[in-house]
Amino acid sequence: MKAEKTNVGMQDSLTLQLHKHFANAGRDFTLDLVFAIAPGITIVFGSSGAGKTTLLDCIAGLNIPDSGKIAVGDRILFDHARHTNLPPQQREIGYVFQDLALFPHLTVGNNVEYGLADTDKSERRKRSDAILESFRIAHLRDRKPKEISGGERQRVALARALVTDPCVLLLDEPLAALDAATKSKIIDDLRAWNAAHGIPILYITHNREEVFALGDRVLVLENGRIVADGTPHGVMAAPQRESLAQLIGFENIFHAVVAAVHEDRGTMSCRINGSNVELETPLIRAQPGSPLLVGIRAGDILLATVQPAGLSARNIIPGRLLSLEQRDVIVAARVNCGLKMEVEMEVHLTLAARDSLQLQPGREVWLIVKTHSCHLMAAS
Amino acid sequence: MDWQAFWLTIRLAVLVAAVLAVLGLPIAYWIAYSRWRWKFLAEAVVALPIVLPPTVLGFYVLVALGSRSPLGRGWAALTGHTLAFTFGGLVIGSILYSLPFAVQPFAASFALVDPRLMAASATLGASRLQTFFRVIVPLSLPGLVTGVALSFAHTMGEFGVVLMIGGNIPGVTRTVSIDIYDQTQALNYAAANQTALVLLAISFAALSFVYAVNRKVGAAWPWK
Repeated sequence: MKAEKTNVGMQDSLTLQLHKHFANAGRDFTLDLVFAIAPGITIVFGSSGAGKTTLLDCIAGLNIPDSGKIAVGDRILFDHARHTNLPPQQREIGYVFQDLALFPHLTVGNNVEYGLADTDKSERRKRSDAILESFRIAHLRDRKPKEISGGERQRVALARALVTDPCVLLLDEPLAALDAATKSKIIDDLRAWNAAHGIPILYITHNREEVFALGDRVLVLENGRIVADGTPHGVMAAPQRESLAQLIGFENIFHAVVAAVHEDRGTMSCRINGSNVELETPLIRAQPGSPLLVGIRAGDILLATVQPAGLSARNIIPGRLLSLEQRDVIVAARVNCGLKMEVEMEVHLTLAARDSLQLQPGREVWLIVKTHSCHLMAAS
Repeated sequence: MDWQAFWLTIRLAVLVAAVLAVLGLPIAYWIAYSRWRWKFLAEAVVALPIVLPPTVLGFYVLVALGSRSPLGRGWAALTGHTLAFTFGGLVIGSILYSLPFAVQPFAASFALVDPRLMAASATLGASRLQTFFRVIVPLSLPGLVTGVALSFAHTMGEFGVVLMIGGNIPGVTRTVSIDIYDQTQALNYAAANQTALVLLAISFAALSFVYAVNRKVGAAWPWK
């Protein structure tokens, strides 16, 4: 499982300190990072727009930071103070792009040998054969990228990046489009390769499952900054916090306090302030009594006219329909719930659902909310 | 049919297309990838021959090649004769005249190459020149073929520039379009028709070729 652990220190670490300010889709954005990465797989976890690809581009030399320093061991790739900025060609960094960027006009074999242009022919063939073999794609040598499957293309992209013996490997959401089985086989082959080479591998993802499957270490990137750094379990069990920006757009946002924490079940109970409505929510690192914001999308709430039974959803809240308002093709229903009808929730229904349920204001209803539809944010 | 004029025209068109295939690549590369803010001015200059009357272009080239300009005097001092009214002068004029027909399809197809492929090439250690020949050129091939074919066909049929720069010297500067003009002036319609048909067929064949090549990949044609 952690084969590359035994090789820590075998190759040089990547050290990085960078600052870059830019306008991203019209809004100002600042990337401000300091970290060091030892050999082995390190995950960078963050939502889209968190600056992940920009970070990799800066390391690869495709994007220039405003200031800072990037080095692999003693070899300086970028140093603003000393006006050092190695071009991508000289950085010896393997980069697997999000869309792979395989050369469509070249065969698998020629794609893999692309980075070996300066090597003589027999050596080139030897090295490409070896890497194709270790990624189990030797039989695809003469095919073009569009003639092979997504998982195979992924393997080709890895082989192409690794055949040049880079000193760092950058992976930009490389496995996002693959099914879990294909994914884990590729990861096993990557681990096996790195067991023998021991280079730092920076793996970017926005997928929580990949974080647990892959990394010895996770950096959580949010708005251009690292907000958490540790083992997958240490970091991901900790606040599954939403940033305020993500909660904006939620129709239902409640102030709440943690009523109980069920670590064994990975959930907790949160009571909406000023009411006795308790919601079962995902577990975040919080103490009973801590204040929180709970966000629930109106479209994530189910509405029933009889009390439901036999459901997997953990939150079934009785209430009374207050009003119905048609907005374009959705119907926004406002529902009072809680024993004293003290909490008002907005629920979105389709026109057909409204008609078949024959909903009228004043009707007794039940609201159904899945545990994972409750998004949490620390209340400041 | 004036075969001497015909072969002279073919020779001119092939030479011009070949020179533009070489000369057009760096210009198109620069137009496709430069971020210079005044780039549009250079693009306008390259495109000028499309809208400029051939006589205007021919006039300025004639003046530039003639003994009144430093360029013409320099050439005359080196070689002992001026370029005006020679095949060499014709080649220079035709290159300028057909430049946009090569550069614009080249640049349009370069601009379509996925920048991530060029980034991938760079991270794999390829220099910009290597990336150009190993990635950009192979992926722009339809646009390159289009540009060469168009500049060939365009040179085949040019008239105004040739007349201004070259005059009408048989075996030196007399091209088929001038031959057609002469035959028509002499009311020799049958001969004019014969030559015109050949030119029509060649132009049609060249354009059919261009569209056939582009059918597979689409938008290498800048004016579509």
